[in-house]
Amino acid sequence: MLNKTFGLAIAATVATVALSGQAMARDQIRIVGSSTVFPFSTAVAEAFGSNGNFKTPVVESTGSGGGLKLFCSGVDLSTPDITNASRRIKASEVETCAKNGVADITEVKIGYDGIVLANSKAVAPLNLTKKQIFAALAKQVPIDGKLVDNPYKTWKDVDPSLPDTKIEVLGPPPTSGTRDAFVELAMEGGAKEYDLLKDLSKSDKKAFKAAAHSVREDGAYIETGENDNLIVQKLEANADAVGIFGFSFLDQNSDKLQGSMVGGVEPTFENIADGQYGISRSLYFYVKDAHVSKVPGIKEFIAEFTSEKAFGEFGYLTEKGLIPLTDAEREKVRADALDLAPLKLM
Amino acid sequence: MTDQAQKAVGNGWQSEKYIKNLAKRKRSERRFRLTGLLAILTALTLLAILLFSIVSKGYSAFVQTTITLDITFTESVIDPNGKMDPAELRTANYAKLVQDALREKFPDVKGRRDLRKLFSLVSNDADSALREMVENDPDLIGKTVSVDLIAGDDVDMLNKGYIDRDAVEDDRRVKDQELVWLDKLEADGDIKMRFNSGFFTNGDSREPEKAGIAGAMVGSFYTIIVTMLISFPIGVMTAIYLEEFATKNKLTDLIEVNINNLAAVPSIVFGLLGLAIFLNFAHLPRSAPVVGGLTLALMTLPTIIIAARAAIRAVPDSIRQAALGLGASKQQAAFHHILPLSMPGILTGTIIGLSQALGETAPLLMIGMVAFIADIPGGFTDPATVMPVQIFLWADSPERAFVEKTSGAIMVLLGFLIILNAFAVVLRKKFERRW
Repeated sequence: MLNKTFGLAIAATVATVALSGQAMARDQIRIVGSSTVFPFSTAVAEAFGSNGNFKTPVVESTGSGGGLKLFCSGVDLSTPDITNASRRIKASEVETCAKNGVADITEVKIGYDGIVLANSKAVAPLNLTKKQIFAALAKQVPIDGKLVDNPYKTWKDVDPSLPDTKIEVLGPPPTSGTRDAFVELAMEGGAKEYDLLKDLSKSDKKAFKAAAHSVREDGAYIETGENDNLIVQKLEANADAVGIFGFSFLDQNSDKLQGSMVGGVEPTFENIADGQYGISRSLYFYVKDAHVSKVPGIKEFIAEFTSEKAFGEFGYLTEKGLIPLTDAEREKVRADALDLAPLKLM
Repeated sequence: MTDQAQKAVGNGWQSEKYIKNLAKRKRSERRFRLTGLLAILTALTLLAILLFSIVSKGYSAFVQTTITLDITFTESVIDPNGKMDPAELRTANYAKLVQDALREKFPDVKGRRDLRKLFSLVSNDADSALREMVENDPDLIGKTVSVDLIAGDDVDMLNKGYIDRDAVEDDRRVKDQELVWLDKLEADGDIKMRFNSGFFTNGDSREPEKAGIAGAMVGSFYTIIVTMLISFPIGVMTAIYLEEFATKNKLTDLIEVNINNLAAVPSIVFGLLGLAIFLNFAHLPRSAPVVGGLTLALMTLPTIIIAARAAIRAVPDSIRQAALGLGASKQQAAFHHILPLSMPGILTGTIIGLSQALGETAPLLMIGMVAFIADIPGGFTDPATVMPVQIFLWADSPERAFVEKTSGAIMVLLGFLIILNAFAVVLRKKFERRW
């Protein structure tokens, strides 16, 4: 009796599994990619789904690199249609894509994101330069013409104008796109202001990258989530700590946190939009052209994403913290995206 | 007699040496008890702090702010042709009804930007609420009814006290102008709090006031069903075979060591295995509960096998021998006598294994179940997510209102886990037999 029931249960499950394997044709868009673009992509997906003509797309948060890997893994319908990225696709990734048959890709730039250094409102805001950021966070800093292990314990050690508090920075882990961008824009920019490293960047690029991209591991830099409400709570509880995260978290928590000025520029919506604020990057999504005719709704999804009511100056994505492109850029992006203009890497 | 007593005082149990030794042992025991008590008290305090922080942050997720507006179901907006065509009723511009009502309430608000702000007091979920009302009762068209509409998330946060209205205007998500409007609504008694039923009936959403855990609950349900169907029979069969039929040799020893090892393998490894077997090799759909269930079944199997073997071993040998002695075959002895007697223990182990699977996120990351999925899944192959993943995604969202949603969802998940574990305890208490 009992083993008969078991047998039936197993048979039923196996049957379900076998059936589902066949159901490969899709009527639902699949999106993967960056966790930074995730809040924007999901907002568009929801608006797109609520129009009622298509199913709400499934959006996965896999990170920019992970998303591109899945995206480039092939052209059959089990691979995603769209991938989000908080950086541009690399030439090596385009090659991988082409090798797996993903020849035609459309790139859509959707806007900008600022990376902010913020602390609690209970203390004075910091006014940093990129050089100071590098000095505070790099694993090795140049002192007296030599690279030595970072000796700075307090912000005051870095620069006398800064407060006499311990350096304690909560930031994203190495797997995150935010960390990549922060290291590239802030740390590398700061490193170039040292003559020693600047010379190194000309003579030995690899050694320079290693020096500029290494974050200290002696406890002053604490790896936490990048976009996480916990970071807000931690900064609130510890007024000495500084957090590194995307602008949208600062925007949503402006009553508790304040952004540090970088190079004398405050991280505000306007300053990031017009490029004055030094640590900002572009956000993208990539479309697999081969799927456009096979999965219904991809073109309409692109149209929704690039419509004025979504990524425009007063669109719903700006309310989620996206910093829009300029009017002219938006027009061009929209036209190119709807024509599925092929990707051009410069 | 006296001689003996004297001897005892001298070097027997009453001697000074032994009394000292006894006192020392008793002190040591008291110390141990105190340490134990302290350990338990520390654990309880930490548990209380954890529960307090979750409940104090999360209880407000179960209520919701509404704004009462007098909505006129204008015929020219909903049904301009007067044909009552259902397709037309569905696509009508219900947002306009809300906007008209707000304009009527605040006639002196002009200008595009100000109006936009005014309209955003009410959640954009209001359109679908009104559409549903009309679809259920088409007679409403042409009438004016007072309707409770869900407020936007910023208004909700302000009303629940999470936004400080005395903060500097620049630092506040709700601006002075909006406060004036809200105060007027409040004075008219139009702002109310009610039970947030949407939290239990809606799928995920990027608008915190619309987001619910129904999608995740259904996804968890399908996933756990698959996990149970796979891991329970296979686990129990394995345990019976290994305990009752297999001969003891090097090979079975090796298998036993491996099963015990597998129980301790980090769950993400099972995710990678699931990705390799079920997605890349068997080409099952990504993000589907059936794949999640299969992967979690791999993870739960060792737990179930170990628990089932222990339960089977606890059945006394006399039962086995009595059955065999009366002419039962080995299989009959196993299935008619040993299995029913060990079932309570097996079920307890299974439920504990399943509740562990219910709270798992790491293996699901690899197979695409960590995703934004707005639609509530309708079957084993629809894209779905599960409750712990939903908690993770909400904790990651920038909007302030998701903080309470996160804690609210944790409370629901904890509730399910407590029910499952309580069920396991009851099963054990009720059916367990001691020999």
